[in-house]
Amino acid sequence: MRTQNATAYRFLTPYLLIFAIFWIWPIISSFIISFQATRTVPWRFAPTFNWGRLIGDPAFYNALKNTLLILVIQVPVMIALAIVMAVLLNSPLLKARGLYRFAFFAPVVVGEVAYSAVFRLMFSLDFGIVNKLLESVGLAKIDWFSNVTPAMALIMIAVTWRWAGYNAIIILAGLQSIPEDVYEAATLDRVSKLRQFFYITLPLLKPVIVFCAVLSIIGTMQLFTEPFLITERGGPGGGTETLGLLLYRQGFRSLNFGYASAVAYTMAGLAIAITLVQLWLMREPK
Amino acid sequence: MTSRSQRRLGRSIALHLFLTPLALVWLFPLWMMVVFSTMPDNGIFSPGIELLPHDNFLDNVANLQRDTNFIGAIGISVSVAVTYTVLSVLLTSMAGWALARYEFHGKGAVVAIIFGTITLPYAVVLIPQFIMVARDFALANTWIALIVPPLFNSLGVLFMRQAFSMMPAELFDAARVEGVKEWRIFLFVALPLARPMLAALAIILFLASWNNYLWPLLINSQPGAMTAPVALGTLIGLTKVSWGGIMAGAVMLTVPMLVVFVLLQRHFIAGIAAGAVK
Repeated sequence: MRTQNATAYRFLTPYLLIFAIFWIWPIISSFIISFQATRTVPWRFAPTFNWGRLIGDPAFYNALKNTLLILVIQVPVMIALAIVMAVLLNSPLLKARGLYRFAFFAPVVVGEVAYSAVFRLMFSLDFGIVNKLLESVGLAKIDWFSNVTPAMALIMIAVTWRWAGYNAIIILAGLQSIPEDVYEAATLDRVSKLRQFFYITLPLLKPVIVFCAVLSIIGTMQLFTEPFLITERGGPGGGTETLGLLLYRQGFRSLNFGYASAVAYTMAGLAIAITLVQLWLMREPK
Repeated sequence: MTSRSQRRLGRSIALHLFLTPLALVWLFPLWMMVVFSTMPDNGIFSPGIELLPHDNFLDNVANLQRDTNFIGAIGISVSVAVTYTVLSVLLTSMAGWALARYEFHGKGAVVAIIFGTITLPYAVVLIPQFIMVARDFALANTWIALIVPPLFNSLGVLFMRQAFSMMPAELFDAARVEGVKEWRIFLFVALPLARPMLAALAIILFLASWNNYLWPLLINSQPGAMTAPVALGTLIGLTKVSWGGIMAGAVMLTVPMLVVFVLLQRHFIAGIAAGAVK
């Protein structure tokens, strides 16, 4: 094929300019800034200034612990739920499919601020509808915002509500690409539906599930709005502080860009490492 | 045969018995958003259980407008989202077209860089972007700051590249033989053919801009320059604000998107299933 350099770059240049200025350069710049002391003017090169501080900072370990805790509990629960939703929405026995699809997919269009506000109100101690319903069935009300464990649970519930349907959409698309005759053959051989799910559906869905898991891990790794708005700046007492929130406070409240960049690169490193481990664990057995 | 159809019926009942409560739980926060938005504050903060809408919505909108200029913020959000969507669809489909249909030097490198950096968390670019836009370009609290930096999104490029590369080459070669210029082929042959994909991309980009929170929070923090989610976010956690008002704002942000979702569900789902954004 003949090369068409001039034509191709006329189409590409506008996008590539934006991409270079607002994506590629910041990726490099952020890495450089993480090795600079940024609270002196002018900024000076100090390789261990931020990274040294990071290694000894209890606030960093607290945020790291919380982020990983949310990650290892919330992501698997949400993906499992999304698989259940997708498989059941795909069932030929389902009536009023549109209504169920709406129920599970609607949160996908809801903004973080709007749903954070609603969850905050629904879970409030004395006037929240959730505690009122708990009490009306004879259970004790829960102080969702003053104790760490319920506060963490609340963050996980909120994120799961917001994103399970999103993942279910992707998994449903994967399910619908599995050819019908695979199941017909299994049904003729009297393989039960449950066994069909575990021995046909799940293995065929593996790439899609890995894709969802990777997206969710990258998203949860940066979790910011929910602990910022629902549990009020990572409360109680830093109990729901995440790496995203630490980055925000260091970068944009304390204007400590160097340290915040080190936090950002830690998040990136973790996201990449976890993604690679995941891809390795889910590799095709040879 | 009877036992088989009975088993089918049993399975169908079990399916609905499981899925219906789950669906109701999933709808509950949205329903409560609407209910809260129609209740006066002393109703929201009362010991009774209220599950049905009242008639206080317009008062709540007025309360919200008293707490922050929400209508103005909605105006900014709409203008920014529309402009962003148009620009982003144009930029990413031009780039996707070039990557799908031309051979050129550096193509492999461009694709490798886009793919190689796609899974990096956005947090990594946040600080340099902020320093650049706020300090170097002095563009904080402007529309440009809200619209231009998020245009870097590369998933749209990959999505459109995929769309264009699936089209048969004869379509474009026929036009070339007749001497039609490349940009006219792109505009008048390729883009119309890609309409369903463009629709999916546009919806997802509009939604992403409409709901975007972190970047607008950082870069446009002055009251007159805030987007609607940022303006609403400033009220959460304050004392002496109207929670009915906050909920009315949440409804105004959410319900139009739910309507769009219902009307254009097919495009929406196509866009998400292809991973067009995030």
